[in-house]
Order: sequence, then C-alpha cells, then structure tokens
Amino acid sequence: MRWGVLQFPGSCDERDALAACARTGAEGRLVWHEERDLEGIDAVVVPGGFSYGDYLRAGAIARFSPAMEAVSEFAAAGGPVLGICNGFQVLCEAGLLPGALLLNESMRFTCRQLELIEENPDRFHSPEGHKPISFSTLSIPAKHGEGRFWAPEEVLDELEARGQVAYRYAPGQNPNGSARDIAGVRNEGGNVVGLMPHPEHAVDPLTGSTDGLRVFEAVAAAGVAA
Amino acid sequence: MSVEVAKHRELGLTDSEFELIVEKLGREPNDVELAMFSLLWSEHCAYKHSRKLLRRLPTEGERVVMGPGENAGAVDVGNGHAIAFKVESHNHPSAVEPFQGAATGVGGILRDVFAIGARPIAILDSLRFGELDSIRSRHLLDGAVRGIGHYGNSIGVPNVGGEIYFEAPYEHNCLVNAMCLGIAKQDDMVRAAAAGVGNAVVLMGASTGRDGIGGASVLASAELGEGDDAKRPTVQIGDPFEESKVLECCLELLEKGLLVSLQDLGAAGLTSSAGEMASAGGVGIDLDVAKVPLREADMEPFEIMVSESQERMLAVVEPAKVGEVVAVCEKWQTGSAEIGVVTDSGQIRILREGEVVGEMPVEALVDGCPLYDLEPAAPDEWIYGNRASLRSDATSEETLLALLASPSIASKRWAFEQYDSVVGSRTVRRPESADAAVLQIPEAGNAIAVSIDGNGRRVACDPHAGTIEAVLECAQNLACVGAEPLGLTNCLNFGNPEKPIPAWQLDQAVSGLAEACAQLGVPVVGGNVSLYNEGPEGPIYPTPVVGMVGELPDPAVTCGSAFAREGEAIGLLGPFEPGLAGSELAKLRGELDTGLPRSDITAVAGACATVREAVRAGKLSSAHDISDGGLACALAESAIGGELGCRVDLQPLRERGCSPEEALFGEGAGGFLLSGARESLEALGATLLGETGGSTIEVAAGDRSFTVGVGTAERAWLSLGERLSEADV
Repeated sequence: MRWGVLQFPGSCDERDALAACARTGAEGRLVWHEERDLEGIDAVVVPGGFSYGDYLRAGAIARFSPAMEAVSEFAAAGGPVLGICNGFQVLCEAGLLPGALLLNESMRFTCRQLELIEENPDRFHSPEGHKPISFSTLSIPAKHGEGRFWAPEEVLDELEARGQVAYRYAPGQNPNGSARDIAGVRNEGGNVVGLMPHPEHAVDPLTGSTDGLRVFEAVAAAGVAA
Repeated sequence: MSVEVAKHRELGLTDSEFELIVEKLGREPNDVELAMFSLLWSEHCAYKHSRKLLRRLPTEGERVVMGPGENAGAVDVGNGHAIAFKVESHNHPSAVEPFQGAATGVGGILRDVFAIGARPIAILDSLRFGELDSIRSRHLLDGAVRGIGHYGNSIGVPNVGGEIYFEAPYEHNCLVNAMCLGIAKQDDMVRAAAAGVGNAVVLMGASTGRDGIGGASVLASAELGEGDDAKRPTVQIGDPFEESKVLECCLELLEKGLLVSLQDLGAAGLTSSAGEMASAGGVGIDLDVAKVPLREADMEPFEIMVSESQERMLAVVEPAKVGEVVAVCEKWQTGSAEIGVVTDSGQIRILREGEVVGEMPVEALVDGCPLYDLEPAAPDEWIYGNRASLRSDATSEETLLALLASPSIASKRWAFEQYDSVVGSRTVRRPESADAAVLQIPEAGNAIAVSIDGNGRRVACDPHAGTIEAVLECAQNLACVGAEPLGLTNCLNFGNPEKPIPAWQLDQAVSGLAEACAQLGVPVVGGNVSLYNEGPEGPIYPTPVVGMVGELPDPAVTCGSAFAREGEAIGLLGPFEPGLAGSELAKLRGELDTGLPRSDITAVAGACATVREAVRAGKLSSAHDISDGGLACALAESAIGGELGCRVDLQPLRERGCSPEEALFGEGAGGFLLSGARESLEALGATLLGETGGSTIEVAAGDRSFTVGVGTAERAWLSLGERLSEADV
C-alpha cells in the first residue's frame, strides 16, 4: 500500500498527512502539484492548507493543477482519494464530490476538537479488522474558515438516500453551520471521500486522539474494494 | 540650507545627529543617504535609548546556540537540534490598522526565525488593548485577532498560546507582540553576516512597492496622536501565501547549502538588511536599485531602499551557485534577483544602472548613531488613574464572579479558537489545558514548553518588582508542565524614553529583568524594544513581555492545570504571600497605587524545581500557577477545566498573616496550586488546603467564606465571547 499526498504551494498539512499514512503501516510520498504521474500510488490524499493562498476561492485554482488532472483520472478508475479540509474544497471544485464549502456561519476561522459520527452503510466497506461500523463516534479536530457544507435540498436528500454522507458533526457540535450537520461526503462509488475535520491530526495519543487513523483506513479499504 | 534642516527633522533626526552625519560623511548627505540614515538611526533600528541598558542582561549559557544580535536567538535542544525563538512588537501599525498590523507582525517574526534556518513550529502572542467597553478597543481586538489568525493559519504554523489584557492606558496605543519558535539542525543554521568579497547579493521573495515606506521605523519611533489615520499608507500589507513560498524556498536553499548568509527584510527594508549584513561581516556592499523587481516602475532610489514591502529576504550567494538559487526560487514560484555584490570597501554604495546615487561608510550608517543616557525620574504618585467597577461591599461570591468575568482573567477561547493550534502534529498541550504550551520534538526525542507573560499593571506599580514577577510567572508556568527553562526572549514595550517617568520605568524594568534572569540562570537570547508607546493621555503601562522556552524529557509525562480526579488532595506550594497591591481586585475597586512587595527569587526557583520534578515523576494530577485574581480564581480555573468542584479551607494562609480577602484574591509570585494523592503532596511539603469533588467550589475563609457552583463560575469565565458577539465589533 503506497499513499501519495499532493503538495501545492500553500499546502499546510501535507507533512502531517504523510506521517499519518505512515502510522497506518503504509508507505507514502509527496506528489508535487506539477507532477502528472501517479504511477505506483495506491491511494491519494489531497491535504489541508491554503493552496495557492486560497485566492479567488478556496480550492478554485488547485483543481486546475496537473496533479489534480491525474487525480481525476485516478478517481474515475476507482482509486481511493481522501480530501481533507482544503483538499475537500479542491475535490468539490473539481466536481469529484458534490456540494460546496461556504464561509462559516460565524464568519470566523474556528479550531476545535469535536465529535464526528462516522456513517458507514453496509454497501460501503469498512476497514479491515473492524466490524461494519455504523454510527461510531470519532474525536477529531476541525480548523477552517470556509467549511459550511452546502448543496440544494434535493441534492442533500439524494446524498442521504444513497448513503453518501460519510461524516456528520455530533449533535450540537456543528462548528460552521453545515447543512444537516454534514462534515464529509463520499462519491457514488465510495472511493472518493472528503471531510472538513482533520483526521491526520488525530493519529497520536500525545496530541489528543488516534481516531483519525480509521478515516485513512476506511478510504484505503473502500479503494481496494472498488 | 533651511529646507535641508526641515527635512532631517521631518525624518526624525535631531540637529546634532544631522551634524554628526555630516561630520562622518565629510559632506552633507543627499536625499538617498539622508533617508537611509534617518531610518537606521531611528530608535527602532539603533536602540539609541535602550542599548546601554540592555548590556545589563545575562546572555551566556551552556545551552545557548545563538544569542542577541542575530535574527533570532537559539538554544540547544539535543541531538544536534536547536530551538530558535524571538518575540517582536508590531504595536503602532496595529493601532493604525489592526488586521494588517497584526498579520505582518506575525509575518515578520516568522521571517526572523526562518532567516537563521529554522522551520517555524509555533506562534504565541501577547496583546494589550483598552477596556472592553470601548468601541475602539473591540475594533482593535477583533482586527488583531483576525490578522494573527489569517497569517498564522494560512502559513501552517500553530498558535499555541498567549495572553490578552485590557487596561485603559492601552486605549490609544494597543500592544501586539508576536513570538515565534522554530526548529533547526544546528549544522544547517546560518548567520546574517555577509562574507566573501565578490559574492552576489540576491533579493528573494515579493517585489518591492511603495507600501510601508517609513512604516515600522517612523511609526514605531514616535508617539501616536492626532492624524494617525494619515499614517495608514505607512502600514505594510501582508501576503501569507507569498511568505509560505519564501519560507519553503529558503529552507530548501539552506538544506542544499546554497547560501552564505541570509537576512529578512523588516523595518527599514533593504537599508537595514544590507547595512546590518555588511556591518556584521565587516565588509561593504554595492546594491543597484535598478535591478530590484518593482511593483511600480517609477520608484525613486530612496523609496526602493526604505520600502517595507513584506515577504522579502536578502541572501549572500557564491557566484557559481546563483543559478541554482534562482532555480529553487522558480520552483517555489517566488522572485529572485541578483541586485548587488559584497565588496571590501567598507561602504554601502547605492547605484542606479551603475551610477552611484549614495555612498556611506557601513560603520557610520549602522553603528554610528549616538547612544543616549536616560534621564529617569520616579513618579511621586500613581499616574494612571483609577476607575471603580465593583462595589467595595460585594460578597466573596460576587467578587469571584466579577474577577472571572473580568476580560483580562476570563477565558480567551473566543480568540484562540480563531487560531490553528494543531498543525504540525507537535501540540501536546493546547491553549488553556495547561499553564504552558507543550510541543513534542521527535527530532531530539523530547519536548519543549513555552509561555509568554507580562502583567503591565503590576509593572506599573513597581517596574523592578513587577518585571521580576513576569519572569517568575514564566518560570512557574514551565514548572507546572515539568519543563526546565533553557532561555528567554523579551519585548520591552514602554512609553517615550525621552521623558523622565517612562525612562525610569524602562531602567527599573531592565534591572528587574537582569536580576531575575541572573538568579534563575536563564540567559536572554534575544529581544526587541518598542518605545514611544504613548497616546494623548500619556504612556502605556510599562510592559515587558517575557517569552520563556524550556525543555522536558518526555512529552508523555507532563501535567495539566485542571483538577483530574475526585477525592484528591489540593495543596499550596511555594513562597506565596498574597497581597491586594496591584491586583485585579484592586483595579476593579479603583484602588490602584504604587508599590509592590519584592519576590524572593531564590525561593520561587526552589519551588519551581520541586514542582518540575514532581511532574516529571508523575506525582501530580494538576499544577497551576496562582496568578491574576489570586487563589480563588486559580481554584475556579482548575475546577472549571476539570468540570470538578472542590472544598478547601484557607486557614493555613491566614496563619501566614493574610486577611481572608488577601488569601482569596491577593496576588504575588511563587504560589502553585496542586492536586494529587495526599501522600504525594505531603511528601513535596505542600500545605494541604482541601480536596477535589462535587460540583461546587466551596471555600472557607473566615467571614469571607463562600460556595459557588462550578457551572456558575464557568459561565462567568466564558462570558468574553458573548460580550464580543453581542457588541458591535
């Protein structure tokens, strides 16, 4: 298992994401934004940060990078892709995931440890070694200024009906006003997952929690199955 | 001639300074030279009113890797690695335009740290505003917090701690001090001294514009007053994306060994960075302003030399390596231009397309500014006024809730939740969970702790004793997480040093700083001085902000400030002799006056060592330094953090001669509030006060005994956010 973690100018969390991949027992390397070749990579992380300064709109420029072209093809072929925070925004901008991320309701950047509910319907595989985990709770930090998930009501209904809601904020913990407390979504195939909270910052008991490892494992498993 | 005289005065030089420049040049300076001299001879660059005082500070220590004079100080953290750190002010720019002022303050201190080859790993900030009921203060607070968050969050450096005080003397002159820590391999570190005649001088990063001309050096070296809005164009504009690219670019260049030396462009821009590099290396530098990439084509040579455009770095590079340097800059999509050469002339020469437009001896420009002696005089009385906001007959419960809700004591969650505190995967103790931030350092197999403190009100009461307390509070904070101090940085924020009272405050504070550091054995590895912090109503509280970095052997063995378990003993340790002088309660009652008891530094150091060793041995469940609001507030904070009540009796403090009120709300250095197993606390020699448990804070203190619910206390303590969101910020 070999992860590739994209690196854009302005990425912040790419080294942390790479270290998190290593903690799952896999190998990994950084993929420079100008690279077009994902040869030898089994799963991709589009990491957090402020790619290209988030100028114009969060994720709006990064989606046009050569590396993202490669990721689109990789995802279309069923390869597992995890977008975290800015990476989630990039995947939405690239049309790989539904919805959009708007400015937080508070109009402020918010950094907070919070509880996430993992929604893992039976048709999506769960990580090896775990029972099918429906509705288990993960403690993971969120930190963003533009993380309010939004989609038209009918799209939200469809996402819920198809089991595409991957993570929700626990009741009362929605930090940004996201529609229906949605913190993360998956594509129809289940191989592309994006979420605003940062699982790569929840992989070490010393820094607060190891629940984030399960997010990486779940994506890897979904991709292997696809 | 009369026009010329007006010009140097306009630029902040005195007549005698101007005459000295003429003497050193052997002629009158032209416009380019005068602009450059005026900046390097400003207080901000030349430290002309503080340099003599700063010689008192102890700067030597076994673990010191880089001391004062470099872009940042650094201490040895083991395994060939060093922790670089420094605190710097951006007060006047923030008072004029808080968002950009604070943002570029963070940008500047980050550059200081990566300029020596260290990757920034943490930011802390120390902020001061006027009282929260002032619209202006809320506006400045909101802007500064947004600015700090904007820059630090965007660049991926966690903000792990800090402090905010609200006091009327900061109403017209807020303080924005930012501290940055970085980690470096000692072998990869680089100094700022230019070297190697014939080597190229390369300007990297953003292009140069008219923004910030005279910003830090002009704004920062005079009092604020009427017409400050007109100074807004002198405030620099930050671009954290550019800084992020420049940061990665510089670290890659250093890792590849492509740079001889590196310096950031801060106050006074190219003038100070080139001048200081040449001075430190004992060489000359020729710069051609025509080669500087510009935002506006028609900039004059003097404008190019003094521009304070952000996100720029100056490097000295061997000619054969210039091509490789340019290639790395291109990879990171940031600028690079070879703009000059190192010479053996001992002169700074400014050229435009080969034609000399300015030529000055480095020695005169950088080190020639006269240093002044202060003319200090102690004030006869309390000069800052008093404003009562709490009735003197308030009950103990009312008093505690008023103190917890007082903006300077209340939780700063509203602010620090706007900062990314976790990026980098090092943050073991986040804001509010312990007295100091703790960061793991896997590179050295250990951890560091860092704290920033400086209660200006207490320094105003007695600048010498108050400054000692600021250092002791840092040391106590580090002890609470099990860390031993390695080094200290400081930012001295004071009023106009040409006036007797601020001069006296500065003189006394530096003495206190020197005394505390010497007795604790903590070297001062760097710092910054910010003078002329005055508004129409007088000087700010004298505010030495102290940042201390310590080491702990195992990141897994540290301690928080919250009560952890029901039924554990609560104890008091240390030479704590609380008094109401200079306390938060004295402020709320409008009873502030001069005078503060002197701390016993050696006794506090002993208590710190006891607590540190107990934490490292895993003997404590919580450790909290007793600070603003006294023991009652410390108890409430530990209870709120642990969602766990307590029952204590303060009789032991009364036996030390304290009144009930002093025991509850009195302040002073040296007190630790601990919880843990009874036998552990007894073994440490702690005075047992009671035990944890229940959902109320129950305190027996003679006729001032009280009981208050933990939830009630928490609501008061968390009220800052509500007050700010209700207000029209």
